[in-house]
Amino acid sequence: MTTSEGYLLLALPLIPLGSAILLMLIPSGERNAIKAVTGLASLAMFIISVYVFFAFDYRGDQFQGVIDWPWLQNAGFLGKDGIQLKVGLDGIAAPMVLLTGIVILSGTWVSWKIENRLKDFFVLLFVLVAGVYGTFVALDLFFWFLLYETAVLPMYLLIAVWGSGRREYGAMKLMMMLVAASILIFVAIFGIFTEAGLGTFDMPALFDAEYGRNFQLVMFPLVALGCGTLAGIFPFHPWSPDGHAAAPTAVSMLHAGVLMKLGAFGIIRLGFQMLPEGAEFWAPALLTLGIIGALYGAVGALRQTDFKLMTGFSSVSHMGYVFVGLGTLNLIGMSGAVLQMFAHGVMTALFFLLIGALYDQSHDREFNHYSGMARRMPIWAVFFVIAGLASFGLPGLSGFIAELHIFIGAFRAYPLVGALAVLTAAITATYLLRMFAQTFFGEPSPRWSSVGEISWTERAGATVLAISIFALGLWPSPWIDRVAAGLEAGIPEVLL
Amino acid sequence: MNFEYALLIPEFILAGAAAVVLLVEAFRRDLNVSRRLIPAIAALGALAAGIASLFYADRSTDFAGLIGVDDYTLFFRVLFTVTVLVVILGSLEFVERNIRHQGEFYALLLVSTIGAIYMAGARELLTAYISIELLSFSLYVAVSLAKDDRRSGEAGLKYVLLGGVASAMLLYGLSLIYGAAGTTSYEGIAAALGDNAVQGSPVLLLGLAFLVGGLGFKASAVPFHMWTPDAYEGAPLPVTAYIAATSKAATFALLLRLFGTGLLPVQDDWQWMLATLSVATMVTGNLIALVQTNIKRLLAYSSIGQVGFMLMAVTTVSDASSSALLLHLAGYLVTNLAVFIAVIAVYNRIGSERIEDFRGLAETQPYLALVITTGLFSLSGMPLLAGFVTKFFIFQAAAEEGFLWLSGVAVIMSTVSLYYYLKVIRMMYVVAPAEGAEGRWRPSLIAYGVTGVLFIGIFVVGLWAAPVLEVADDASAVLFG
Repeated sequence: MTTSEGYLLLALPLIPLGSAILLMLIPSGERNAIKAVTGLASLAMFIISVYVFFAFDYRGDQFQGVIDWPWLQNAGFLGKDGIQLKVGLDGIAAPMVLLTGIVILSGTWVSWKIENRLKDFFVLLFVLVAGVYGTFVALDLFFWFLLYETAVLPMYLLIAVWGSGRREYGAMKLMMMLVAASILIFVAIFGIFTEAGLGTFDMPALFDAEYGRNFQLVMFPLVALGCGTLAGIFPFHPWSPDGHAAAPTAVSMLHAGVLMKLGAFGIIRLGFQMLPEGAEFWAPALLTLGIIGALYGAVGALRQTDFKLMTGFSSVSHMGYVFVGLGTLNLIGMSGAVLQMFAHGVMTALFFLLIGALYDQSHDREFNHYSGMARRMPIWAVFFVIAGLASFGLPGLSGFIAELHIFIGAFRAYPLVGALAVLTAAITATYLLRMFAQTFFGEPSPRWSSVGEISWTERAGATVLAISIFALGLWPSPWIDRVAAGLEAGIPEVLL
Repeated sequence: MNFEYALLIPEFILAGAAAVVLLVEAFRRDLNVSRRLIPAIAALGALAAGIASLFYADRSTDFAGLIGVDDYTLFFRVLFTVTVLVVILGSLEFVERNIRHQGEFYALLLVSTIGAIYMAGARELLTAYISIELLSFSLYVAVSLAKDDRRSGEAGLKYVLLGGVASAMLLYGLSLIYGAAGTTSYEGIAAALGDNAVQGSPVLLLGLAFLVGGLGFKASAVPFHMWTPDAYEGAPLPVTAYIAATSKAATFALLLRLFGTGLLPVQDDWQWMLATLSVATMVTGNLIALVQTNIKRLLAYSSIGQVGFMLMAVTTVSDASSSALLLHLAGYLVTNLAVFIAVIAVYNRIGSERIEDFRGLAETQPYLALVITTGLFSLSGMPLLAGFVTKFFIFQAAAEEGFLWLSGVAVIMSTVSLYYYLKVIRMMYVVAPAEGAEGRWRPSLIAYGVTGVLFIGIFVVGLWAAPVLEVADDASAVLFG
């Protein structure tokens, strides 16, 4: 990847931000213009994401496409290169950028049917996407955190205005928990900057800086819990099922699919890459919380009869795997964690897309109220099965690749945890198959005679996600190569 | 000792404009001029003073050590003249409907701006004191200028009585410090207090305590904040906006220069006082704000919370935190004014200050709802907006000085503040308009213009703080050079 391609990285957050401003200038009534702008913008983001993912050379430098401009320097406590607008891509961020591109493309398509204040919805959604992209490509800690927070900022209104069910409760709970978690990250960043004493927020410089061992031991839990809350770490996950259940479709897709990954990404960037000794010390705790979360989420999902709540708990469970993978402290386990971030992202986005498609017609999320839907909506059912099979790790689909890595890593590090992880996969299969059996088969209920097949935009969105699931499952090497290279170069030697 | 009075031209302009405004008001009937002439003169005066101040910054003239016309003063001259200009323009319609004695109102704003500027410029205790009183007396009157509102008179009385007590405390504190140092000039005090014999002495500690109490009152720091909610609620909205902006910022300009230069040698003696005050202020202000139902009271308590953050920067005073504080003050003024001017525009229409009555504003007036939302998000320190950057800098500067715990408390309280701001935002966006509410309406053109500029300003400070920080850095170099 050449330096000039760095401008593409910069374009990733700027396109949604620019589109958001453009949308503000369009009158609310012009639905076609709004669709055109959002459609083009999301397509551009998708194409650039795919391009930079494949353009990233995993045999090359750790960070590629690095470009920077000074933003503030030699003022106050800032020294040379104090704060820069600096972007670059590494092997860990590359699959995350791709994931964002995939999810926003399908998320935009399925949001076009929103009746109420379509324009405002997209303005907020695109601000969120700008924050997500920015966090993945930023190489300056100040901007990294600014954009990380930007991704959380629009959530309240997105859920409270366009959500369903207990939307105000879900929105407030999600917002307050996530912002409260940011407190810990704030403090950690102040501490890291001060302790490094370099006068710069440049992330590569901060990765190489020296931090005292005690400092790292104190700061790592702040990062792990602060970022972990966004990733749904047990026991700070309760915002996730409620928030996801209340959110509108595209927001659930982006939030569960991409935003939760920001949290795990933050733990890797700030925790593992900056505070390796702290990470080494606390890894067993991270792993324990991860496996508890995986089991708890799976058992929680088993008890739900609401599509969205079940998927919300399922997300907690799958994100638990990510922490297990990170906690193994071996390359294969950690690779698995990053792969799982991608695999869970596309899979859960597909889930939420399909649930939204059904809910918009039936306004009922209790799956006990359904039966025989496979006959009414065969295409819907096929996509649902693909997502489900990926979720419990059928070979040939994305989940398998990711979970296999995590299981191997876990068995190498702690065989018991590996066994529990496999058990979790079994529970996952149980709750999904139970739901499939209830919803898809049997006599079609006359109550839903008006419910028809999903629309073309939804089919298109689901196809994009399904293709991604198959791609990672059948041809995983582009992902594995990049992730492994990123981890080998990025994670300090002490850890691996 | 040298005096170059040309350096004070911006203040002469303000005072001149105030006098002309009063005269025009007195002879308005005879002269038969339009009502809008008075605010026009006031606005032009403020604008001219702001532009003039750009040409007059000179460190060589010392005015016998009374006033420094340096980059630090320049920073606040621009800030305060812009603020008064914004308040004048943003409240035209409001003033015509709800204020008695319009001429006096504008004249008081202009005169108090002079006081505010000299609070920043004072380099000597008595000059500082007189400047404070110039600002305070103008505001005592301005608070009680509301037409047909009994709360206004009550607020004015409360403000003047409590303000008098605070002034007495402040004066007593100053006299004790004079006793300890033997001089009233900041430089002289710094030199005298550098001596170990005075440090930690009871006279000094008592003096500092009274000083902190008196200034704490002016800045509405807890536990000296009692007047704030009542004065904010009773005062006409533009005056509330003005108190929240100029009066607060001026007090911090004074605090920073005094504690950053004159009292710096005895930092150990006052640091704990300010740290305690800062924690008490940010915790109390933000917690009480949670239960407010009137937008003015909510903003009053939220501004008390903000004072806690600013006190933090004075506590950890250093070159870095002083630049951060100046940046924060600039961002805070822009944000706060945006919220207030937008609220004034809404009030002009709905005639209510209850948060409940803001329901459905996103449907009936989406533009003002957006401005208020952006401002509130900025006050709570959300990213892309001014509040995030400026708070980040203050907190980081405190961490650098070894006050990481204080930064931690501040971030927690910042998060608490988000909750009550979200309540207002919820009213506007999530709750439907009241039954029988009129459809869409439009604010006046000038309200569009003023809020629009401030709205963009919030983003400019949030995304491109470099120019402001550089100016702030030059200004604080005067103190710490």
